[in-house]
Amino acid sequence: MPQIIYIEANGAEHEIDVPAGNSVMQGAIDNMIDGILAECGGACACATCHCYVDADWVEKVGPPSDIEKEMLEATPQPQENSRLSCQIQVTDELDGLIVRLPESQY
Amino acid sequence: MQNRCIIIGAGHAAAQLAPSLKQEGWQGSIVVVGAEAQPPYHRPPLSKTFLAGTKTIDQILIRPQAAYEKHGIELKPGVRATGIDRQTKTVQLDNGAALGYDKLALCTGSQARRLPLPGADLAGVHYLRTLADVEAIKANLADTRQVVIIGGGYIGLETAAVLRTLGLEVRVLEMMDRVLQRVTAAPVSAFYTRVHTEQGVTIETAKAVTALAGKQRVAAVHCEDGSHYAADLVIIGAGILPDVELAQAAGLQVDNGIVVDEYALTSDEDIVAAGDCTNHPNRLLDRRLRLESVPNATEQAKTAAATLCGKRKPYASHPWFWSDQYDMKLQIAGLNQGYDDVVLRGDPQNSRSFVAWYLKAGKLLAADCINRPKEFMLAKQMLAQGTRATSADLADETVDLKALVGEHPG
Ligand SMILES: Cc1cc2nc3c(=O)[nH]c(=O)nc-3n(C[C@H](O)[C@H](O)[C@H](O)COP(=O)(O)OP(=O)(O)OC[C@H]3O[C@@H](n4cnc5c(N)ncnc54)[C@H](O)[C@@H]3O)c2cc1C
Ligand code: FES
Repeated sequence: MPQIIYIEANGAEHEIDVPAGNSVMQGAIDNMIDGILAECGGACACATCHCYVDADWVEKVGPPSDIEKEMLEATPQPQENSRLSCQIQVTDELDGLIVRLPESQY
Repeated sequence: MQNRCIIIGAGHAAAQLAPSLKQEGWQGSIVVVGAEAQPPYHRPPLSKTFLAGTKTIDQILIRPQAAYEKHGIELKPGVRATGIDRQTKTVQLDNGAALGYDKLALCTGSQARRLPLPGADLAGVHYLRTLADVEAIKANLADTRQVVIIGGGYIGLETAAVLRTLGLEVRVLEMMDRVLQRVTAAPVSAFYTRVHTEQGVTIETAKAVTALAGKQRVAAVHCEDGSHYAADLVIIGAGILPDVELAQAAGLQVDNGIVVDEYALTSDEDIVAAGDCTNHPNRLLDRRLRLESVPNATEQAKTAAATLCGKRKPYASHPWFWSDQYDMKLQIAGLNQGYDDVVLRGDPQNSRSFVAWYLKAGKLLAADCINRPKEFMLAKQMLAQGTRATSADLADETVDLKALVGEHPG
């Protein structure tokens, strides 16, 4: 099963097995990781599942859709490597993916 | 013996409260009892992707049953609490067991408001609140041609959009003069009426339904003005009522919801409540509210968890909501109640992308954003920061709203 590494803003690291087909957001929710809120449950409506994709993984993960991009631009601290974690589907190719979580989702 | 916290109800609020208790440092056991057969699931997809068949039950669970167990949360779906004894601090369950608690959380949510219509018990007549409701609707779809939806609120309109997309003949009967009357301004109602009409849904307003008729299965809907419409499926979306029965019977203060303070505490210091079932104060809006939304349930649940762990984290945030219909994503920031002015950005008459800003005495109260995710995000920030913006700026597409909002909010 692909392993995803979540690093919270305070440095806490979680290595989590996430089944392929689930979203990166779901992996965090299933494991009760605090830094992802996911208020809309993956409907791409809330942007409270914001994460930063590790530089080495940006290409493999791919770019956000137009809607997602607009939401990201208006998050508190957008970066080039920002994504909404509910819109990243876990695949075997993403085994080892590192995402960092922002200090706040608001 | 270890302390025990019991959470009654297993919806959005409970699914957040249980892990938040752990995060806040709760050392005792956590038991969640939920009357529905499934672990907590996302309710919004019921009238959207789950009804449409693009998501399965497993895909709408907030998390699988095993995830709770793995984190030491005892989740019991299919079990209803039937009474609370505050003297002995026990909860009576419908499986015969009685369970003692040190702390108790009420997350009982709300129920569909039932209409006392003749014929409401005919086959083919449904409410839409639970997964079981939607499975019953889906089981009926194969031999359905004509659907009448009673009530033009968000759930009614979302359901209309999905069933129309599935190829059914759909009619919405709304009692008021326009759909979404309680929640949006006239231009937004007109917009949704236009789009639904374009998609082939018939919307009829000022229609008070008086009876449902049929032999075994429903066949027609009758209105007060004498009109009647053929239907082999009727879905009633007439709003909800907070589920306060247990709280009331236990003698907790109840007034249009379980009355709590900004720490989600009820009138009993060992009992909190969160979600649709509460009537709570909001210091940002300077009044009491009862809200029907997922963000409200999850955020209030976090406050409630902190309270149970002896911490104080007041719940005060600007409400927000979303609704998906056809290719349109509506995101609403704030609460528009009391507005005296509506400003439009974009063209609701000829496009499917615009914002309706609601102001009161020049102050921004809320924004309905249709296919405008960026404006929605900015509206949330403007509300949080109390940003002043003129009507002219809000209406002018060439004005960059982001420049109006402070640099790094939050
Ligand atoms: C079709 C539909 C679409 C929606 N769409 C949106 C949307 O797009 N966006 C949005 O923000 N909100 C939406 N909502 C509203 C949102 O789902 C609710 O606000 C949210 O579910 C509230 O969560 P809750 O935990 O307070 O209550 P609920 O989710 O109602 O959960 C309460 C649970 O408690 C159980 N319960 C009650 N009494 C007992 C008892 N005595 N013992 C055991 N269990 C009990 C109930 O069976 C229920 O499962 C929608 C609602 C519906 C019905
Ligand atoms: S969970 Fe809401 S946008 Fe990702």
